Amino acid sequence: MRGAKSAKWVALAAVVAMAATACGGGDDDKDSKGEGSGGGIVRASWTDPQNPLEPSNTNEVQGGKVLDMIFRGLMEYDPKTGEAKQAMAESIETKDQQTFTFKLKKGWKFSDGTPVTAKSYVDAWNYGAHIDNKQLNSYFFSDIEGYDDVHPAEEGAKAKAETMSGLKVVDEHTFTVKLKEKFSTWPQRLGYKAYSPLPEAFFKDHDGWLKKPVGNGPYKVDSYKKGTGMKLSVNESYAGAEKPKNKGVELKVYTDFNTAYNEVMSGDLDVLDDVPAGQLANVEQDMQGRYINQPAGIIQAITFPLYDKGWSSKKAVKVRQGISMAINREEITKTIFQNTRTPATDFTSPVLGAAGGYSKDICGEFCTYNPEKAKKLIQEGGGIPGGQMVLSSNIDTGSHKDWMDAVCNSINKVLDDKDACRVNPVGTFADFRDQITKDQMKGPFRSGWQMDYPLIDNFLTPIYKTGGSSNDGSYSNKEFDKLIDKANAEADTTKAIKLYQDAEKILFQDMPGIALWYQNGSGAYSDKVDNVALDAFSVPVFKDITVK
Amino acid sequence: MGRYVIRRLLQMIPVFIGTTFIIFAMVYALGDPIAAMFGDRAPDPATLARIRAELNLDKPMVEQYVLYMGNIFSGDFGQAFNGQQVTELMGEAFPVTMRLTLVAITIEIVLGIGLGLVSGLRRGKLVDTITLIGTLVVISIPVFVIGYLAQYFLAVEWDIIDPAVSSDATFEELIVPGFVLAGLSLAYITRLTRASVAENLRADYLRTAKAKGLPRSRVIGVHLLRNSLIPVVTFIGTDVGALMGGAIVTERIFNIHGVGYQLWNGVLRGNSPTVVGFVTILVLVFLLANLLVDLLYAVLDPRIRYA
Repeated sequence: MRGAKSAKWVALAAVVAMAATACGGGDDDKDSKGEGSGGGIVRASWTDPQNPLEPSNTNEVQGGKVLDMIFRGLMEYDPKTGEAKQAMAESIETKDQQTFTFKLKKGWKFSDGTPVTAKSYVDAWNYGAHIDNKQLNSYFFSDIEGYDDVHPAEEGAKAKAETMSGLKVVDEHTFTVKLKEKFSTWPQRLGYKAYSPLPEAFFKDHDGWLKKPVGNGPYKVDSYKKGTGMKLSVNESYAGAEKPKNKGVELKVYTDFNTAYNEVMSGDLDVLDDVPAGQLANVEQDMQGRYINQPAGIIQAITFPLYDKGWSSKKAVKVRQGISMAINREEITKTIFQNTRTPATDFTSPVLGAAGGYSKDICGEFCTYNPEKAKKLIQEGGGIPGGQMVLSSNIDTGSHKDWMDAVCNSINKVLDDKDACRVNPVGTFADFRDQITKDQMKGPFRSGWQMDYPLIDNFLTPIYKTGGSSNDGSYSNKEFDKLIDKANAEADTTKAIKLYQDAEKILFQDMPGIALWYQNGSGAYSDKVDNVALDAFSVPVFKDITVK
Repeated sequence: MGRYVIRRLLQMIPVFIGTTFIIFAMVYALGDPIAAMFGDRAPDPATLARIRAELNLDKPMVEQYVLYMGNIFSGDFGQAFNGQQVTELMGEAFPVTMRLTLVAITIEIVLGIGLGLVSGLRRGKLVDTITLIGTLVVISIPVFVIGYLAQYFLAVEWDIIDPAVSSDATFEELIVPGFVLAGLSLAYITRLTRASVAENLRADYLRTAKAKGLPRSRVIGVHLLRNSLIPVVTFIGTDVGALMGGAIVTERIFNIHGVGYQLWNGVLRGNSPTVVGFVTILVLVFLLANLLVDLLYAVLDPRIRYA
C-alpha cells in the first residue's frame, strides 16, 4: 500500500504541473489567431539576421531586407533595372571627381519625428568607419579621406581621430565628401544600406535603438523579437516618392524553408523569397504561376589558390583554362538546379544589363564545354598539379555538394580519369572561410559573390584587384589594376564601363578563377497577394505588394 | 536516501566538467566564426582583432574554457552573435522545448504503456500482431520522413493544422509535432511494456494474486503493471534528455523556436557560448532525470532501497 500511495502523489503532481503550464499556454491563444491573414499585412519568410541590425554592421541578405524597408539613403536602386537613382539626394556635384557636394531634399524625417539632416549622414558614416565600433562594413568608407586615421589597418592600433577629415557639414542640408583618389562612380554606390543616415536616438540610446531600429524609410518597425520575427507598419512620415501599397509587413523567422513553402501552399504565408532546392521540381505546378525565377546579382565561381606553386606556374594558365572548358555548365544548371542558375559568360551578372557592363561573349570559348580542347589544354599545361585536383566548398547551404560532384564528374569524364578531381566538403561556412583567409587551400575552391550594389566595379575590384578585400586566390596583375584605376577616374560612364571590361578581358587570359553560373532569385507567393517582384538583390519589393 | 542523493549530485560535477569541455573543444574545432561573419569578404585585420579580443577568441582554447566557466558560475552565459544574451535565448527556448517534451512524454506514457499492456495481455492475437507491425514500421522510418509527411497531409492537403507552429507554441499546436517526436520512443515503450508484461504474466506472485481471488483490475493494475514498469521507467527517464536534445529535426520541420533551433544555429555559426550554454543545461536535465528515475524505482518496487 505504501508504494501505491506514493505513486498517487507522483501522478497528482504531474497533473497539477500540466494544468499549470497549460494555463500559461492558453493565454497566448487569442494572440496567435489575431495575426492571421487580412488587414492588408504581407506575411513574408525571414531568417534571423546574423549580427545586430545596424546599417554598417549588416552584410547579409536577411538583415539587409529589413534595412531596405526602414532606410532610404542618398541613392536607391531601381527595383526593375538596378539603375542607381537619387533618393534623398537633391543634387550631387563634383568638379574633379574627388570632392563631391551632396544637397539633401528637405522635409525628410525619421519615423521618431526628428529631421534627417546632413549631420545624420556624417555622424552615421563616422560611426561606421570608426575602429572602436567594430563594424563589419567599415570597409565601405575606406575611400573617404581620413579613413585611415579613424580606422588604422594594423592590429591593436588606436584611432588617431574621432571623425574622418574628408566629411564636412556645410549647412543643415548640405555636406561634402572628399575621397582619397578620383572616383567618378563613387556616388552610385551610395544606395548600399551601409551609407544610411542615422537619427540622434541611435547615438544616445544604442541598445534601445538595436531593440527597435528607427529609420527614414517607407516602413517603420513596430516590434522586433529576435529569433521569432518582426512586425513593420507604414511609416506615415516617409517623404519618398512612392508610398507602400499595403499596410505593413510581418517577417516570420523560419528554421526550414520547406516549412515556409508548405505555409505558402496552405495560405498561412504570403511571400517566400527562397524556394528550397528540394521543391524546385514541383514548384511550377504547386504555385500555378505564382513562382518567380529571375537573375539576381549573384555569381558562383571557382577560385584557384595562386599562392600555391603548382597552380600559379606559367604553364598552369592552360590547365586553368582547360578545367573551365571541361565543365558542362548547361547540363549542371539544368539537371541539378532546375534552371535556377544560368551558365556564366563573364564575371559580372545579367542584372547589370549590357549598358552596365554585363557581356554575353566576353568569356568566349573558355566558358563553353569542349571536351577535346579542354583535355588538350590541360595536357599542354603539364596536367593537373599534383595529379589530382581537390575542389572545396562548405556544404551547409546551397546544394554545394551536389554541383561539386557534378563538376568533378564532368572534369573526370573529359580527362578519362576517375581520380582527376575529388570533392572536399567542408562542414560549415565558418570553417571554410577560416581555411580560405588563412591561405590554406590546396586546390580550387568555391567563391560566391553577391553584389553590394549593381555596378560592374563591385564584381571586379574586390575580387581580382591586388590586395582586394575578397581576393581569396591572391591574384595580382599590374595591367588589370591599372585599367581599374583608370576606369574609376573616368568621368564618362560609358567610357568607364569599356575600361572595366578591358580589365575583365585580362581575367580570361589569366584565369585566376572560373565563372560557373549566375544564381537566380527564386520566390513563391500565395494567392492572397499580387504584384510580387524581386529586385536585383533578389529581395522582394515589399512596398509594391498589394493584399487582396 | 539523503546520502544517496548527495552522492549522486556530487558525481554530477566531473560529468558536468567533462561534457562541457568536450563540447567546447568540438565547437572550437569548427573553424573561425569571426571569419564567417564577414561573409565572402576577407576580414579587415583591425576589426577582426577587436572582435576576437572582446569574445576572448584570441586566447588559447583551455584559457577560453576556464574564462567561460568562471563566467557561468557568476551567471553570465555570454552573448550570441546577434547581440542577445544566451540566458535570454534560454529563457525563450527552454519553455517551448519543455512543453514539446511534456507532450511527447505524455503521449509515450499513455499510448505506449496502454498499447504495450493490451498487446502483452493478448499475445499472439490480432491486436498484438497489429501493434508489432505498427511499431516496426515506426521504428524503421526516419523521423524527418514522418514529420514531413504529417505536415504535408495534415496541413497542406487536409488543412487540419497549420504547417508551422506559431511563436507562442501552445499545447494545442504541439500535439502533432509531439506525436512525431514521440514516435520512435513510443514504439520502443510499447515493445518494452509488452515483453515485460508477457513475462510477468507467468510469475508466481501473479498466480497467487489470482488465486487469492483479487479482482482482475487489481491484479493487472497493481500487481502486474507495477512490476512490469521498472524497465519502462528507466527508458522514459533517459528519454527525457534524449527528447530535449533530439528535438532538432522535429523543431526544424514544424518551425518551433526551441532548444533544437538554437543549438542548430549555434553550431552553424560556430557560436560556442550558445552551444555550450545550452548543452550544459541539457546535461543537467539529463542527469536529474536519471536521478529521478532511480528514486522512482523505490516507489515501484519497495525491495529496492537506498540507504
